[in-house]
Amino acid sequence: MTIQIEPPPSPESRADEPSAAPSGAPDAPVADPAADAVGDPVVAAVDRDHDVLQRPVPVIEPARPTPAKPDAVDAALSVEHLNVYYGPFRAIKEIGLTIRRHAVTAIIGPSGCGKSTFLRTLNRMHELTPTARVEGSVLLDGIDIMGPDVDPVQLRRVVGMVFQRPNPFPTMSIYDNVVAGLRLTGGRPRYELDEVVERSLRRAALWDEVKDKLRANGTSLSGGQQQRLCIARALAVDPEVILMDEPASALDPVATLRIEQLMAELRQSYTIVIVTHNMQQAARVSDETAFFTMGEDRAGYLVEMGRTSEIFTNPKNQLTEDYVSGRFG
Amino acid sequence: MTTLAPVMDRSIASRLVRSTADQRRARTDRMMRGFSLAAAIACVIPLAAVIIFVTINGLGGLNLDLLTKPPRALGTGGGAASAILGSLQMIPLATLVAVPVGVLGAVYVAEFSGRRSADAIRFAADVLVGIPSILVGIFVFTFLVLPFKQFNAFAGSMALALLMVPVIMRTTEEILRLVPGTLREASLALGIPMWRTVLSVVLRTGLTGILTGVMLAVARAFGETAPLLFTALGSRLVNVGDFAKPMDALPIFIYVNARQPYPVLNQQAWGAALLLLIVVLTINILVRARSWGRRAA
Repeated sequence: MTIQIEPPPSPESRADEPSAAPSGAPDAPVADPAADAVGDPVVAAVDRDHDVLQRPVPVIEPARPTPAKPDAVDAALSVEHLNVYYGPFRAIKEIGLTIRRHAVTAIIGPSGCGKSTFLRTLNRMHELTPTARVEGSVLLDGIDIMGPDVDPVQLRRVVGMVFQRPNPFPTMSIYDNVVAGLRLTGGRPRYELDEVVERSLRRAALWDEVKDKLRANGTSLSGGQQQRLCIARALAVDPEVILMDEPASALDPVATLRIEQLMAELRQSYTIVIVTHNMQQAARVSDETAFFTMGEDRAGYLVEMGRTSEIFTNPKNQLTEDYVSGRFG
Repeated sequence: MTTLAPVMDRSIASRLVRSTADQRRARTDRMMRGFSLAAAIACVIPLAAVIIFVTINGLGGLNLDLLTKPPRALGTGGGAASAILGSLQMIPLATLVAVPVGVLGAVYVAEFSGRRSADAIRFAADVLVGIPSILVGIFVFTFLVLPFKQFNAFAGSMALALLMVPVIMRTTEEILRLVPGTLREASLALGIPMWRTVLSVVLRTGLTGILTGVMLAVARAFGETAPLLFTALGSRLVNVGDFAKPMDALPIFIYVNARQPYPVLNQQAWGAALLLLIVVLTINILVRARSWGRRAA
């Protein structure tokens, strides 16, 4: 089988998409919070939990694309029989699921159930752990990314990642951070870089805050801004899928809100997979939710996956219900 | 031994008053503190003494003649120009050789090698740091002097490089280990290849620390005498650019002139010693000042 993971398409390719337009502005109006908080059963269901974010946070207006045929899933990634081992220890057991294109998929579950491990296999970051080994397949547009023909370096330009702690490159300016992925993977003409910087920062809802200090050091920004900078950096290489590993857990509530709003905008153009410990967050931001837990052998497995509203209000599995209603453990 | 006698007086005031045991403990504490302070001072005194001693003796010898004039016939003055120029040629060449080897070696150990080979290489580097420098001199003598039957500056440079490599490698490796793994992940997750990640993110982030290691190695090379005795040999002639011939260096100049029966030459040795001290201290202080500045910032 010949693999054709395309190099990232030229930055212009997305220019005509809806999200590039005014929605990229950081202060895009958010739907009336009160109306949403009352109307959304998901939020109502999880609101009783204690969390800094339980207050009437303006919930992102679901610009959810209601597919004409809800059953025809447009899969960006399909995972089949995925097992991940660290040495002899099996961390993930027989996971099979489908991740919908241009939607936010949340992965929830107790600590140690392999959520992050799972996420890291999706762009083969697990290979950085020397003992890690994967069985099974992950199909991205029908191509098995675990296949021997797929170059992990190329793969990561298509499947980007945002980490738990903001990690801008400390030696680089804001501008250089954004273009790092382009500059260090082969040069681009300067005018093109300027464009990419502005577009990526706008999309990451950071442009207005930093446009006058693009030469300032990336680490001079606040934590939330740094995280949005990291998102802009990931967007700059024009990925299809963005993996977020608890992207807001190191941030304060306000910064968290910005990140969540951002996800709602980004999903119009990108497929987003987010790992989170915060169930309210999963309920707020995601279209679909997968619940992982671990078995007796401490291997994580998928209990249930479905539309977020289903998982949180009407789960099919008792384990899921216990977890989302706080009875777990 | 102590017995758990019932406490008769349970008032707080009585429990706050020092007992005899408490007083003895306090005395011991003061005494031991005094000892450690004295030991700390004893560590600093030699440095202060050397600086004062060399400065007093060297000030008379450190003058324009010493810096600019070549040595003249025995006992008739001149200066240390041959030695200064020699050091200024051999050390850059040694640095040029040692920096790539040391830094690349550290990159291999810190970024690419397995745990066991990393341990082995690190151990070897540590041993090399501890090897008496005269042995390095003899080793280089065997390979770069004997075959040509000619003492030469190139051999001197290589001997110095050999001493610099493990220093640079160990400091660089330590620095690379301090670069957070999250930065490597961030870079790799952008689809940046490993080599580029190491070059543009990891080494770039550790650059100041690596420079520190290089400067310390340079400072060490400036003061090394033994490895040069068998290689560059030293010379009374100003040698500019001819690495196939013997060349003078500051420590050799000091060593040779200090052994002459002419006060004027001894005076030059003191002057050169002061010069060397200034160079080495300046480098060291610059390095420390940088890290102080970073800590403050």
